[in-house]
Amino acid sequence: MPTIQEIASQEGYKAIVLSDTEATVSQAYTGDLLSDVMGNAPDDSALVTIQAHKNTVAVASLAGIKVIVICNGRAVPDDMAAAAKEEHVAIIATGDDQFTASWKIAKLLKLVGDA
Amino acid sequence: MQEIPINTYNSPTVILELIYRLKIKDVMTEALTTATLKTTLREIQVMMREQSITGVPIVQGRRLLGIVSMDDIIKALDFGYINETAEKHMTRNLIVLEDDMPVSFAISYFDRFRFHRFPVLNKSKELVGMITSRDITSTLLVEINREIEELEKRTNNVKLSDDLTGEVQTYSILKHDFENAGYASTQIKKRLKKSGASPHTIRRAAVAAYELEMNLVVHSDGGEIIAEYTPDAIVITSRDSGPGIPDIDKAMTKGWSTANEWIRSLGFGAGMGLPNVKSVSDSFSIQSDESGTVVVSTIKLEPQQASVKEDDGIK
Repeated sequence: MPTIQEIASQEGYKAIVLSDTEATVSQAYTGDLLSDVMGNAPDDSALVTIQAHKNTVAVASLAGIKVIVICNGRAVPDDMAAAAKEEHVAIIATGDDQFTASWKIAKLLKLVGDA
Repeated sequence: MQEIPINTYNSPTVILELIYRLKIKDVMTEALTTATLKTTLREIQVMMREQSITGVPIVQGRRLLGIVSMDDIIKALDFGYINETAEKHMTRNLIVLEDDMPVSFAISYFDRFRFHRFPVLNKSKELVGMITSRDITSTLLVEINREIEELEKRTNNVKLSDDLTGEVQTYSILKHDFENAGYASTQIKKRLKKSGASPHTIRRAAVAAYELEMNLVVHSDGGEIIAEYTPDAIVITSRDSGPGIPDIDKAMTKGWSTANEWIRSLGFGAGMGLPNVKSVSDSFSIQSDESGTVVVSTIKLEPQQASVKEDDGIK
């Protein structure tokens, strides 16, 4: 299982909020519809999304998501980062789109082989 | 230092209920001394002295244009423009409150901004009052007195216990308050966690509470989430004061939503809210008309057939 640190240390990825560097994720989910994420994202997962706002943190915390990967270079607002710190949810930002980010995380999770 | 030393998230329940139940209109001063653009700062200074006030709203009819505060007057005296008009020197960049917001809102505003008073507007953006920290503290003292009297009366009859039985939490939810959205659900989740409920039950309750809470934020004119903990279930009730759901069957259909583009761009309004609530509930009911909507979701605390494994070993 990859640590959140491993996801953040990929090229083009940057940790915005990182509370526990040793924490790992066992699954991942990709989605921008928060209701869908809320209903379907598994526990202990990474969420790949473009929803860079505070409400995503609330959903992550409720759904047991450990790290939010914000794609497409979207900026993470300060209040989102502050909420994430409070709720112990990590945030990583990347210029990759959701498809590419999902694929890279799937590789780290050993769900797919190297292309 | 806090202007009003009450925190709005983990004070005793009695206080929290109070500051959410009391509306700004219950607390504000309605009899206002106002001035117009053409009033001079000198005249305003006289008003302040005669009526012992520290801020005068500048209005046109009932429309608020600015405020002249004691600070503005002191500056005017300092720099010698006390005979000029309010129009030239009033503070225009105002932070206002709405009359039907809960008092908790005003308390956090006093903490967040360093103002001593806020103008209060009604739904039609008309100036209807002013609120100072003193208005809040004095009303709160009266109300707290009343509550304590009630509590004293009750203490003899009620046995206090730390388990969930019979506990009721109520959270006020404001229209379009995305800032605090998710707070009620997070509190409910934490409470269940503390009581040792199974992860599966907590997850279901969190989904139901969050969707109902977001529905209030996105669609209602404001309302409340009530969590009631009984020995074998958690009952989450969402109640609002309108505008009502015209077609409940449609609202219960996956993918159907009336949310606007802006709300959808935030990732809400996918048309999954109510169907999600129903799917995690053991029993679910919804009633709606123009005066409001009531949704009740009951989630049993005892192990479910499908999740017996998960729930094993947890009391």
